[in-house]
Amino acid sequence: MADQTIVCRCEDVTREDILAAINAGCRTLDEIKRVTRAGMGPCQGRTCRNLIAQELAKIYGISVEDVLMPTFRAPVEPVKVGVLAQAYQEEEGENK
Amino acid sequence: MKKAYDVIIIGGGIVGCAVAFELAKRGRSDILLIDKEYLSSGATGRCGAGIRQQWGSMLNATLAVESTHIFETLEDYTGYDRSCGLNQSGYLLLAYTEKEWEQFQENLAVQHSLGVDSFTVGLDENIYQYVPHINTAGLYGATFCQKDGHADPFHCTFAYAQGAKKMGVDILTYTHVDQILAEQGKVKGVLTDQGEFSANTIINCAGGWAPGLAAQVGDEIPVFPERHQIMVTEPVAPLGADGKYMPMVMSFSRKFYVQQTPHGSLIMGIGETEPISFNINSTWQFLEKCSKVVTDTLPALKELRIVRQWAGHYDMSPDRSPVIEFSPHAEGLVTICGFSGHGFMVAPRTAILVANALCGEDDSIDIKMFASSRFQSGKLLLEPSVV
Ligand SMILES: Cc1cc2nc3c(=O)[nH]c(=O)nc-3n(C[C@H](O)[C@H](O)[C@H](O)COP(=O)(O)OP(=O)(O)OC[C@H]3O[C@@H](n4cnc5c(N)ncnc54)[C@H](O)[C@@H]3O)c2cc1C
Repeated sequence: MADQTIVCRCEDVTREDILAAINAGCRTLDEIKRVTRAGMGPCQGRTCRNLIAQELAKIYGISVEDVLMPTFRAPVEPVKVGVLAQAYQEEEGENK
Repeated sequence: MKKAYDVIIIGGGIVGCAVAFELAKRGRSDILLIDKEYLSSGATGRCGAGIRQQWGSMLNATLAVESTHIFETLEDYTGYDRSCGLNQSGYLLLAYTEKEWEQFQENLAVQHSLGVDSFTVGLDENIYQYVPHINTAGLYGATFCQKDGHADPFHCTFAYAQGAKKMGVDILTYTHVDQILAEQGKVKGVLTDQGEFSANTIINCAGGWAPGLAAQVGDEIPVFPERHQIMVTEPVAPLGADGKYMPMVMSFSRKFYVQQTPHGSLIMGIGETEPISFNINSTWQFLEKCSKVVTDTLPALKELRIVRQWAGHYDMSPDRSPVIEFSPHAEGLVTICGFSGHGFMVAPRTAILVANALCGEDDSIDIKMFASSRFQSGKLLLEPSVV
């Protein structure tokens, strides 16, 4: 992969950015995410997670599975704030 | 690797890193800083990183104002070659009752005595110049300070850490401190999963975990972890007036905050009563309740999509002010914790206070009042305005 290849398309993070973060001492996906924003966009790392894990695995000489995966949390698909607010109101209503 | 140091700092959050930097700056640079994971992996990396000077108690206002001055030049101050992301997009504080509004007037007087440029915002036309989409129903009044805002918690922490490193501080990550070692009433060092390290002074900056470590030598610090959740929307165009990002909008009585980051996303949270626990799981219930509370005041946000949520813990003290404890059981141990959800914004000045005390330098703030003995003596450090 070329250095200018975009690894995280949502946040426009290149392979070069990822390698720089690893060079600066990042050892996990979580650290790289915090420093570069890779994986923070609308798709929440669906593509870049694996690509970054591969880079980490290569550099630290470990298997991709051993690269710590960051926790996946809800919501898995983006949800509108209004939909959530409505759901809360309806549940409150039922509780009364 | 070196096994003996003058000072060992436990915890690589904003507090531990700032203390390392301030001590090294004062010539005490024979320091080892240890974190069980990576720098900013604790509360610091999970926080909203809001910085406000609109406080109610003179003490908090002083700590926050003087810390803000440091955040304003943190890159130069620490010699950091990246941006620490300070964005002074302001805080709009909302009062929903007459009593709350009276408190805000007292708060303004405190803030003005410290030179903070905070002021009342009229509920007619004026408020829309700050937040165009606000629903003013039920509002009693509002105050604003442009110099409030937020910064990047990771880069602020790394800035302090790198600055400290340049002055000779050693940093050891992914190393767990299992035990604080003391002998005959004096600290000796720490036992970690990477072996033993000795030191004359141990500074316990382990955040929510700090009381547990302090208890190993017999210190009882009544600070407890409490989960707080955050959610984030997709990035959108600036929602403030005149193409600016929306400032922080916050209410203590309705217990919510929401702000737009320079990245365009909105981040928000609510104050909820939670059991004492290190549990930082995220819940669906939070998403719903937070959405409801926030959109009551900002209905326009209903159209935005939530893309991510996470949680961290506050290290809560009984009066919601920090504890700085010089151990009565093990000389040389200092524990700094209990920031109760606002430790990021006061860390720079708190670190100076601690470093001054440890280097025998004068300080305008009396560090002794932060001792946990205040919970027995009743000399509490109360703050009227927190979420
Ligand atoms: C959801 C949320 C929102 C917040 N919003 C704001 C805000 O807007 N503004 C603000 O000012 N504050 C905010 N805060 C509070 C702020 O995050 C904290 O007060 C601050 O980060 C505390 O910093 P710290 O360095 O004391 O603790 P931490 O960042 O928790 O650092 C402690 C470190 O110690 C390490 N550690 C613990 N035990 C051990 C051990 N045994 N061995 C080795 N290392 C150990 C941990 O790994 C951790 O990195 C918020 C907090 C949360 C959770």
